[in-house]
Amino acid sequence: MNAFLSVLRRDLLLAARRKSEVLTALFFFMIVVSLFPLGIGPETALLRRIAPGVLWVAALLAAMLSLNRLFATDHQDGTLEQMALSSTPLSVLVGGKVLAHWLTSGLPLVLLAPVLGLQFDLSSRALGILMLSLLLGTPILSLIGAIGAALTLGVRGGGVLLSLLVLPLYIPALIFGAGAVEADMAGLGAGGHLSLLGALLALGVFFAPWAATAALRLALE
Amino acid sequence: MNWASASDFFAMGGYGLYVWGSFGLTFAALAVEAALAAGRLKTARRRVRRELAADLDTQD
Amino acid sequence: MSQRLINWFKFASPATFYPLAGKLWPWFAALAAAFTLAGLWLGLFVAPTDFQQGEGYRIIFIHVPASWMSMFIYCVMAFWAAMGLVFNTRLSGMMSAALAPTGALFAFLSLWTGALWGKPMWGAWWVWDARLTSELILFFLYLGYIALTSAIDDPRRADKAGAIVSLVGVINVPIIYFSVKWWNTLHQGASVSLTKAPSMATTMLWGMLLMALAFWMYTIAVALCRVRAIILEREGRAQWVAELPEMRT
Repeated sequence: MNAFLSVLRRDLLLAARRKSEVLTALFFFMIVVSLFPLGIGPETALLRRIAPGVLWVAALLAAMLSLNRLFATDHQDGTLEQMALSSTPLSVLVGGKVLAHWLTSGLPLVLLAPVLGLQFDLSSRALGILMLSLLLGTPILSLIGAIGAALTLGVRGGGVLLSLLVLPLYIPALIFGAGAVEADMAGLGAGGHLSLLGALLALGVFFAPWAATAALRLALE
Repeated sequence: MNWASASDFFAMGGYGLYVWGSFGLTFAALAVEAALAAGRLKTARRRVRRELAADLDTQD
Repeated sequence: MSQRLINWFKFASPATFYPLAGKLWPWFAALAAAFTLAGLWLGLFVAPTDFQQGEGYRIIFIHVPASWMSMFIYCVMAFWAAMGLVFNTRLSGMMSAALAPTGALFAFLSLWTGALWGKPMWGAWWVWDARLTSELILFFLYLGYIALTSAIDDPRRADKAGAIVSLVGVINVPIIYFSVKWWNTLHQGASVSLTKAPSMATTMLWGMLLMALAFWMYTIAVALCRVRAIILEREGRAQWVAELPEMRT
């Protein structure tokens, strides 16, 4: 537990030193979301309908941006090998890194989403559901993304390859996340979608650090 | 037997383009894939043979 | 028990498997040809015209077996991946690598024939039907596997990375299918389902089964052929390769 916290603290500290990386992903999220009304037109009824999907797809893409660096810098300076040799199980340390990644790249998206949702004329209730769905969904993105990042570590063409590997696996989170908001707007209630997202998150927390660790060991061999 | 004549068979009740498009592309693709796999084996075998011959040359 | 285990592991060595695969593949190719002829005869000549879809429904004899095979091959790939991770056998990874292109091809063919069926039946080349959408995602998963394994130069690492990807994928395939189905019912877009033919005559079912068997045998034959190529590419410098009769010139 101590090692988990120290990895978490270290990664957060590193992120705080390199603020530009966090901010770039956030600006990317803002710009992509703002492009849609420009491309589609300012008709509010239509914008309200597409808002959940647009925000969620933009969140997927923004979460992808920082995945590359999840393990790469630690791999280059040898920290990762030290971690693999330490007495703490590597999967615990990987869990700490994933949590740090979510805090720096997922949580800001959750906090920013309602502001962007206003551009699409979402009601305050829909904004609440959107935030809740992103709060449950973005950790899944970090968890699955960690597997992809570990697999493509040090592989040529890693960035594009990473998105090819990871985006299809993001589809269930996208469907349930955007679906929760849509279902609520249609008056069907978002409970089912949100609990399924929660189930996915539980599954991810359980399996993903383990798979990512196996992939990391391969890269370190 | 469903078909009165050969042209009847190829017309497929007006769906000829779709039916033969599916069957044709499927079997063409499978044939191409099989040929590619066979070609890959042949290339690999030729490479091994060449390397073995080169080894023999250097030994002499 | 231990005796039997040892015998199985004997075939897991490329040196034993290479000649065995060479002996086996012509038989599977012959079986594939026989099943194809029988299936085509049943599907194109014996099966009656469908009273709703006319002759266009005959695409089912390709479309459904291709979809089955694409899913089945993914599961077999994941099986070999798990074997490779558990027993650390070299051959398992080679089997996965040999199966992936065929699986991707069947996924593509399933999409292609689905489009050619959809156009006359639904009036659209593509419908966001739950099955078609899941098939598309399965195709993406195959592409991801192939892209990752071909980007890694060291074959052992490529095999293991591919194994992790296919295992993660095989856990996700049911989740994806379920989520796409859920998404589909929420949006009520296309409620037409592909395999719900109004009355499935037994000859139709037999035609589909025969074609599925034909594709299955074809897959085995091609995978054996490809695994032989992969063995030679990776182990071409081994002593046993030099001793093969086919290498004497």
